[in-house]
Amino acid sequence: MAIKGAIVVDIEYCKGCGVCVGACPQEVIRLSKKVNGKGYNFAEMQNDACVGCSNCAVVCPDGVITVYRLKV
Amino acid sequence: MSEVRLEDIIKPENKVYSKTDLLTDTVMHYCPGCGHGTAHRIVAEVIEELGAQNNTVGIAPVGCSVLAYNYFNIDVQQAAHGRAPALATAVKRLMPDRLVFTYQGDGDLAAIGTGETIHACNRGENITIIFINNGIYGMTGGQMAPTTLPNMKSSTSPFGRDVEMMGNPLKITELLAQLPGTAYVTRQAVHTPAHVRRTKKAIRKAFDLQAKGAGTTFVEIVSNCNSGWKMTPVDANKWMEENMFPYYPLGDIKIPAE
Repeated sequence: MAIKGAIVVDIEYCKGCGVCVGACPQEVIRLSKKVNGKGYNFAEMQNDACVGCSNCAVVCPDGVITVYRLKV
Repeated sequence: MSEVRLEDIIKPENKVYSKTDLLTDTVMHYCPGCGHGTAHRIVAEVIEELGAQNNTVGIAPVGCSVLAYNYFNIDVQQAAHGRAPALATAVKRLMPDRLVFTYQGDGDLAAIGTGETIHACNRGENITIIFINNGIYGMTGGQMAPTTLPNMKSSTSPFGRDVEMMGNPLKITELLAQLPGTAYVTRQAVHTPAHVRRTKKAIRKAFDLQAKGAGTTFVEIVSNCNSGWKMTPVDANKWMEENMFPYYPLGDIKIPAE
């Protein structure tokens, strides 16, 4: 059985601090080259290695990350 | 194994973590990467776990977190600068069945409010104090605070804090642990997932002890101030680990006897 995870970032609330990038054990997250309405480079998934551990969401100061996990 | 599409994972029944409803949808005014946001969220999560949304009164301080009442979806009273423990004392004595906590920074709790803090703890008021220590006055522009580290640069100590002239940093948490009124005194951090989870447990323990009437419970959270320290959020967290933690070691300082 494999575990597949995914995150959804609330782009307009993200401030691009990058704390989630270092907290991710799977190196799934990066800061986008695009910016949101306030000019912050928001966080986004860069690959599909996410396991839904929630580390990024737990450490996010603005609580912008929602985590999903599915056993397949 | 067939390919799993993102749409199959992102479904409400697969959700494992999202921001708690005890925080409002207001955008926090804190700087990117500030520990305040994380601290707010874990306090809100603990209140949600306890099912105490309608039974909790928070006391906001003066400082960066003065606007905490905009973010917590609970009753919050804003106190005069440094006087949150005095206000919490009044709230708790008038409404003993409520869960009462103060949320204060180091400029509020350890500088102008030192007297209120020490006396509230010495009386053993049955409240929880959550203390965010970032070693600087963040809101007013990064001035030196009582908790600023030796040789640490701030806007009012541009050559570093000279302890000969400006005194030593105040370890108020260790000081309060000496008082007979405090039941639980701990120091935690919120810069990594493991520390966040540990801090959440500490806050839960503090609230549980308050419900039992154990006395004052005190949770210090060593945090960053990347704007005041003039660093990126990630660098500020690293600097905090290297410089703040040796002076402010993490862990329980006083735990109640079982």
